[in-house]
Amino acid sequence: MSEIEAYLGMGGYGPFIWAAYFLSTFILVGLLAQSRRVLKKQEALLLRLKAIQRGDRND
Amino acid sequence: MLMHRYANPTRFIRIADTIFPWAGGIMVAAFVIGLYLALLTSPADYQQSEMVRIMYIHVPAAWMALFTYAFMALSSAAVLIWKHPLALLSAKAAAPIGASFTVICLATGSLWGKPMWGTWWVWDARLTSVLILLFLYLGYIALINAFDESERGGKAASLLALVGAINLPIIKYSVDWWNTLHQPASVFRLDGPAIHSDMLWPLIVMAIAFKMFLLTTLLTRVKSELTAVRVRNIQRSLNGNLV
Repeated sequence: MSEIEAYLGMGGYGPFIWAAYFLSTFILVGLLAQSRRVLKKQEALLLRLKAIQRGDRND
Repeated sequence: MLMHRYANPTRFIRIADTIFPWAGGIMVAAFVIGLYLALLTSPADYQQSEMVRIMYIHVPAAWMALFTYAFMALSSAAVLIWKHPLALLSAKAAAPIGASFTVICLATGSLWGKPMWGTWWVWDARLTSVLILLFLYLGYIALINAFDESERGGKAASLLALVGAINLPIIKYSVDWWNTLHQPASVFRLDGPAIHSDMLWPLIVMAIAFKMFLLTTLLTRVKSELTAVRVRNIQRSLNGNLV
């Protein structure tokens, strides 16, 4: 067995350990990405509405 | 009052924008170093061998699940006492983050329990009280989103968050008060940490990474909520002009 295989196997506990690390990464990265996406969407919407509001005043 | 100075939305956004790159940078650095220590250089446990590596995410996630709830409960107290709008937005922004920490804590605990205890789940006091913590988070999220006008939903949700804070000491001391399958504390003990520094350091670095994750995500979400309020205000004034 190669060194890398032995490392990934984690003494037979590999599936449990890697599942825990991957799941946690997935949740944290997903939450941060979703939070960023919502912020960008709200900011874009705010800019659009501000432009409309300025247009209103000019009428 | 000092608190109100920081509670000004424009000022908040300015401060948040200054803190954000630092918090994000420290978070990335701490995750890189923490994962390197946790997965490569830290030793295997004499009883649990490699399985102990789950600790480096399970324990910081558990700490942050409690910390985030404490933050949410304190913010909720500020909502109920001072009717503070920024406190409500902060608590609302924190809830999904805390819920995520709790899910990570429960899931990694389950993955740890199976090979070590021989079961994915057991209804012992520690595990059950953390599951209740998750339900409190979910209940809060459901309540605060249940009303169109956020004031009523905000009041009900804040009350839930505050009453639910009684669960925090129960979680902390569950391993001492009851005979649980879950082990008692190893780090925060009156007689000092009962854990070797080779394991304590990766744990501390991962805890910093998790804390910075809370900070960056919380700042992002509060900023989102503030922007949403401004969007609603403009929409309302535009609709008013149409009528």
